[in-house]
Amino acid sequence: MTDRDLALKSFALRRRMLRLIHEAGAGHTGGGLSCLDVLNLLYNRVLKISPETVDSPTRDRYVQSKGHCVEALYAVMADRGYFPDADLSSVCHYKSYYVGHPTRKIRGMEMNTGALGHGLPICLGMALAAKMDAASYRVFTLLGDGELAEGSNWEAAMAAAHYGLDNLVAILDHNTLQITGHTRDVMSNEPLDEKWRAFGWEVRSVDGHDYAALSAALTTPHPGKPLFVIANTVKGKGVSFMENVAKWHHGVPSDTELVQALAELEAAERRFQEAAG
Amino acid sequence: MFTPAARLMADKLGLKKGRANLEEFADTLQALATEDRNIVAVTSDSRGSGKLAPYGKALPKQIVEVGIAEQNLVGITAGLAACGKKSFGVSPSCFLTARSLEQIKNDVCYSNVPAVLVGISSGVSYGALGSTHHSLHDLAVLRAINNVTILVPADNFETREAVRYAARATRPVFLRFGKAAMLDLAPAGASFEPGKALMLRPGRDVAFIANGETVVHALLASALLAEKGISARVLSLHTVKPLDVAAVLAAGRECRAVVTVEEHMVAGGVGEAVASTLLREGLSPKFEMVGFPDEDTVTGAQADLFRHYGISMEGLVATALRLLGR
Repeated sequence: MTDRDLALKSFALRRRMLRLIHEAGAGHTGGGLSCLDVLNLLYNRVLKISPETVDSPTRDRYVQSKGHCVEALYAVMADRGYFPDADLSSVCHYKSYYVGHPTRKIRGMEMNTGALGHGLPICLGMALAAKMDAASYRVFTLLGDGELAEGSNWEAAMAAAHYGLDNLVAILDHNTLQITGHTRDVMSNEPLDEKWRAFGWEVRSVDGHDYAALSAALTTPHPGKPLFVIANTVKGKGVSFMENVAKWHHGVPSDTELVQALAELEAAERRFQEAAG
Repeated sequence: MFTPAARLMADKLGLKKGRANLEEFADTLQALATEDRNIVAVTSDSRGSGKLAPYGKALPKQIVEVGIAEQNLVGITAGLAACGKKSFGVSPSCFLTARSLEQIKNDVCYSNVPAVLVGISSGVSYGALGSTHHSLHDLAVLRAINNVTILVPADNFETREAVRYAARATRPVFLRFGKAAMLDLAPAGASFEPGKALMLRPGRDVAFIANGETVVHALLASALLAEKGISARVLSLHTVKPLDVAAVLAAGRECRAVVTVEEHMVAGGVGEAVASTLLREGLSPKFEMVGFPDEDTVTGAQADLFRHYGISMEGLVATALRLLGR
């Protein structure tokens, strides 16, 4: 899929995610919109996995450490064919398998996540298993910037570099906001590039909504070192009244807000198509 | 470990000296891992305390050192298991089940990966090092977590069998044992079946339901009670979860008194599990839970603490006699 195809798809995926959050009456809207382009790129280009190979021992692994943004993942995976889109009308409903965080009961989900600071240590174990088996698969996780306050991330940061895991990729959804407000006010964690470099990682910082830049960052080899990609994103990306507003962390759009958001995304999609000719 | 009288009783029963369950674990795991190259041990600067230094030397590609980082230890153990490895995360139970409880709950049990968590030097094995190093909470917290088999072997036989079972298990397993040298308790030909308590002595007056390093004291107490004309059943309840409900109910129906014995705080431990099982069936034998009370633990070696809290031949005989009104 070309960069343009991915960008075009992203409008529909954002709309799907918003509709499912609205229908579920719960969800993480702001962070879902900020990481959606990363997920779109991973599942439609970077990850060597497909609905047909979910059980292959040599598939790439993706573990969403910021499990709360599962709605974006549901939208991307349903579109890719891991499960029927119609299933998504049951998200968070009584007795549904589709919980408000990833679980392995859903086809293609690798691990149950939701508590923060768990994805990176798990992926470290997976990357070690690949090395032990001389397998070529890569292991990816997506972290939130607020999540980096969890100390377990730094335990894993140290160990991943110690073992030189160049099959391990951590992507940071760097939207600079968390539930209480700006991450820099809640618990400042910058300069992140210097910190991760000091821990022994290859660090690349890119626009997290730029498919070409993100793709290059994720696919250029990083021999001998784990890779930390800072995806600079906008929380609430694509919907004017949601962008950079902390309350949309887990805000659920009202009927009116949903209509407005969907209209904005449709208009943006039309503009994108016109600009591309 | 024993008073002179208890030592004499052990000799009288012909109980042979074994070694620490910890050593039995390490050798069993190394033997299994030599055969099955998929087995991986994960340690948090704990290969010395886990007696895994020989394993590490013999099988350097099958051991992962994570440094003093128990949360990372459990996450890595889970990740290895999710990718087809038979991983054993080994760390002192006090740290493993407290510091990394959330990783046990989510990464291992909720995610349902076939990882094994090994809580070494559990209970009050560390003795006078104090409460930071005691794990008197581990069974209580793990009992309250879905999807984990909890094994607390009493002697070398049970330990060996528990490790073998864990190595072939397809769901999460927690193993817990101490580091004191054990006596061999299981009779020749005994079989170890997870979820099935092992009856070490039959009896109908009182039943001791014990596990781990306390079982030997119950066995000695049973022998001393026999000399007083009292028959005391001894069950090694090596599986805390799933509980052997049938064995517990049989004890409650067939014996006048039931005494649970555990190297754990009585709140949330085996005693409460047994009590609730009996009550739900409408059984109310005379009942006592011997273990650690909800108070600051006194200072002392493991043997001192056992005696202090009545986990001894003499203490358990006194408890049984009191319940039986003798």
